[in-house]
Amino acid sequence: MSRSDWEVVIGLEIHAQLNTASKIFSGASTAFGAEPNRQASAVDIALPGVLPVLNRGAVERAIRFGLAIGATVAPKSVFARKNYFYPDLPKGYQISQFELPVVQGGAITIRVGEGEKAYEKTVNLTRAHLEEDAGKSLHEDFHGMSGIDLNRAGTPLLEIVSEPDMRSSAEAVAYARALHALVRWIDICDGNMQEGSFRCDANVSVRRPGGPLGTRREIKNLNSFRFLQQAIDYEVQWQIDTLEDGGRIQQATVLFDPDSGETRMMRSKEDAHDYRYFPDPDLLPLVISPEWIARVQGELPELPGAMKARFVDELGLSAYDATTLTASKEMAGYFQATVDAAGAALAKPCANWVMGDLAGRLNKAELEIADSPVTPAQLAGLVRRIADNTISNNIARKVFEALWNGEGGAGADAADRIIDAQGLKQVTDSGAIEAIVDEVLAANPKSVEEFRAGKEKAFNALVGQVMKASRGKANPAQVNDILRHKLGS
Amino acid sequence: MINAPLSELRRALDAREISAVELATLFLDRIDAANPALNAFITVDRDGALAAAREADARIAAGNAGPLTGIPLAHKDVFCTAGVLTSCGSKMLANFVSPYDAHVVALLKNAGTVMLGKTNMDEFAMGSSNENSHYGPAKNPWDSTRIPGGSSGGSAVAVAARLAPIATGTDTGGSVRQPAALTGVTGIKPTYGVCSRYGMVAYASSLDQAGAFGASAADCAALLSAMAGFDERDSTSLERPAEDYSRDLDKPLAGLRIGLPREFFGPGMADDVRAAVDAALAEYRKLGATTVDVSLPNAQLAIPAYYVIAPAEASSNLSRFDGVRYGHRAAEYGDLADMYEKSRAQGFGAEVKRRILVGTYVLSHGYYDAYYLKAQKLRRLIAEDFRAAFTQCDVIAGPTSPTTAWAIGEKSDDPVQMYLSDIYTIAVNLAGLPGLSHPAGFGAGGLPVGLQLIGDYFAEGRLLNAAHRFQQATDWHTRRPAAFA
Repeated sequence: MSRSDWEVVIGLEIHAQLNTASKIFSGASTAFGAEPNRQASAVDIALPGVLPVLNRGAVERAIRFGLAIGATVAPKSVFARKNYFYPDLPKGYQISQFELPVVQGGAITIRVGEGEKAYEKTVNLTRAHLEEDAGKSLHEDFHGMSGIDLNRAGTPLLEIVSEPDMRSSAEAVAYARALHALVRWIDICDGNMQEGSFRCDANVSVRRPGGPLGTRREIKNLNSFRFLQQAIDYEVQWQIDTLEDGGRIQQATVLFDPDSGETRMMRSKEDAHDYRYFPDPDLLPLVISPEWIARVQGELPELPGAMKARFVDELGLSAYDATTLTASKEMAGYFQATVDAAGAALAKPCANWVMGDLAGRLNKAELEIADSPVTPAQLAGLVRRIADNTISNNIARKVFEALWNGEGGAGADAADRIIDAQGLKQVTDSGAIEAIVDEVLAANPKSVEEFRAGKEKAFNALVGQVMKASRGKANPAQVNDILRHKLGS
Repeated sequence: MINAPLSELRRALDAREISAVELATLFLDRIDAANPALNAFITVDRDGALAAAREADARIAAGNAGPLTGIPLAHKDVFCTAGVLTSCGSKMLANFVSPYDAHVVALLKNAGTVMLGKTNMDEFAMGSSNENSHYGPAKNPWDSTRIPGGSSGGSAVAVAARLAPIATGTDTGGSVRQPAALTGVTGIKPTYGVCSRYGMVAYASSLDQAGAFGASAADCAALLSAMAGFDERDSTSLERPAEDYSRDLDKPLAGLRIGLPREFFGPGMADDVRAAVDAALAEYRKLGATTVDVSLPNAQLAIPAYYVIAPAEASSNLSRFDGVRYGHRAAEYGDLADMYEKSRAQGFGAEVKRRILVGTYVLSHGYYDAYYLKAQKLRRLIAEDFRAAFTQCDVIAGPTSPTTAWAIGEKSDDPVQMYLSDIYTIAVNLAGLPGLSHPAGFGAGGLPVGLQLIGDYFAEGRLLNAAHRFQQATDWHTRRPAAFA
């Protein structure tokens, strides 16, 4: 039997660290990278007698997320205590939400794959709830003991739980990427995966198509999209191999080892904690008024889904282009600014430049689009000159490189300055082009002969010679016409 | 001076008949003399007290004195006090010095009170006799072979033996009112949320509330006025304007309807308690109040509900005492689990362990609905009973405790008998209502009997008013145990 006889079922739990200045239940700073335990207040280290006070900013971010995915923002939700002992969990319980989460339901549309095989899919969300992060246990450098750093303890998290709607690692990665883009888009999370601001747990099972759900295993703490893909692929194959060898899958929590590329068991269901959840008596139920929700709604930026639809409907872009351009808020913002400067009629060439030459150049230079040396206004200036036939696409590449290098100054007219300074303006004077064509025909009798003998290739060689002689500035369409006319074809 | 009410101390301080330092010294010397016998204090902070008294004297001299400036007091050792041991009566915290003040402590410090020390208590406020203290029981000044009640036993003893004119306590199921009754002083637990719980080491968060001990309702009113108030650091603290609980003390009682729940006057009450309570009620009628029979049909469910909810919350609240960051850690241990087990096994006493076990059990998967959720339902029924009763009366009265103080050791081996001693007080915490206990005479052996008054939400002023008028007409509250007069 092969892999195609099995259906993969994946659900993700994603912990997005909310970008509040202070912690979810204390006033301590959430900034990353401080000396150990310098950002741990009396509340964070759970001194006797301290009490939690909910950070309104964390709630506001949860509301923003709920609205962005079309979920129900619960008018009343409840914080609960999740009880377990661990040295980096100072209270001996984590404050989380259990029975009544703040965000319920919702969905997000993802685009999976590329080119012809690309498809769209809607992934449903179960819930998203607010909770506090734990501290960190440091097992190195303490000579047989462990160090505890509580700077991260109490950092606000939004745990986003999907339905088991994904059917491949590619879908899981597309979903995770879409959420990653969304939380940054609505500015609730910095998305920094290296610093742990966006962490994925994957619940993976396999089943016979149409059959009942298989037993799942949960892969914990995947902090890159690559690891997410690798871990799921390994896990899926392991489960299929196990089942096909006549084995059974035991519900378990597993860890992914990036070095070996394998998952290994952390604990089985039998070892699972009984967390003894109960409503935290130190916190009142979280009540969110319709007015609060309406205010947050009013402050939301245009969301990627709406922007994508607008790009297709109003700017005439393809679904693929619109998806690519709305992959991140920065990319979308750059494109929008370029179109605003160039005019909506030039949306398609703007899109091509942003996704093509600009993206390629940024990639090569390892720069983010926000740090592009070419501004949207400058790129728009360039696109306009192509559109009005001042320069050809080929020359435009030269001008773009000059823009990239800062030639032409910082202004929106930088492209024009470069074109003028370097004399790159396209030649459209048919008399001038005719003169060049005559010279070329005279100098290349062999090619003329070959063309007349029926070799179309020879025509292209002649075009090339004319373009070369004009140093690329002759209008290619005119060159074509004049050559054909002169050759009498 | 030792027996003077706060109003007299205030007058004497303001008139410079005595300085705050002299007053503090007077009480500190009494503590030194009496504490070895009474064990009311875990910590006496003479240096801190004298420093605070000097500051108070400066404030008085500068004309900046408030009602409590220069008044000595004692705090139950459950309140965090910066720089002073906060043990909670437990070996677990026998080395814990808080870096911060509880909100109530800070308010009283800012008011210019002079903290003499920290009082003995049942470990983590779990107990009704003060016998669960790591530091040994406080003794009842009326008979030192007897318990003073608990958990705020040390504070009650301190006020009863005049080692401090006033003291703070906490009341989760009766821990202010019951020891007040058994030691012959006045104690009040306000409505849940009136005093901030910030810095009060948590036992059962949804029930814990700070309270006040004094020789009289008037002294309690003065102390409570300074303790109460909204605190943004406690999410369950109520955002209400500050209240002067002394304001209505003198209001006449004519027309006051006192409800007598028939469930509080059943067979559980000792005869000597019943006689004193009946006499006190007769006195109230003489003062113009009327009594009316009411019913609290679910009151008998209060103890079972409480002994599910309180241990459940406690089992979680006490998880932070793990030997990792502060508090007791076993000297020797193997791995992490062993460190937890040994540190907690050594650090906690038997009653605390019992409640942690019970609480862990009732929250466990598969039992939660049957115990915790069920208890929460009972809690709502009990609150509903009170709501219904208060449509027929203004305050509810009855015994505070079914018996007078019992002998040390008498109920130590029978936790259920011990739990039943709080039968009249616990329902009040479950409903979140204010409750007060004041001296109502003496029972067999000359032991004090307390009368409990229960009010509707925020009726603290009404309770203090009733008790004050009663105390204007009687002298039970002025009686002192002979050995400490």
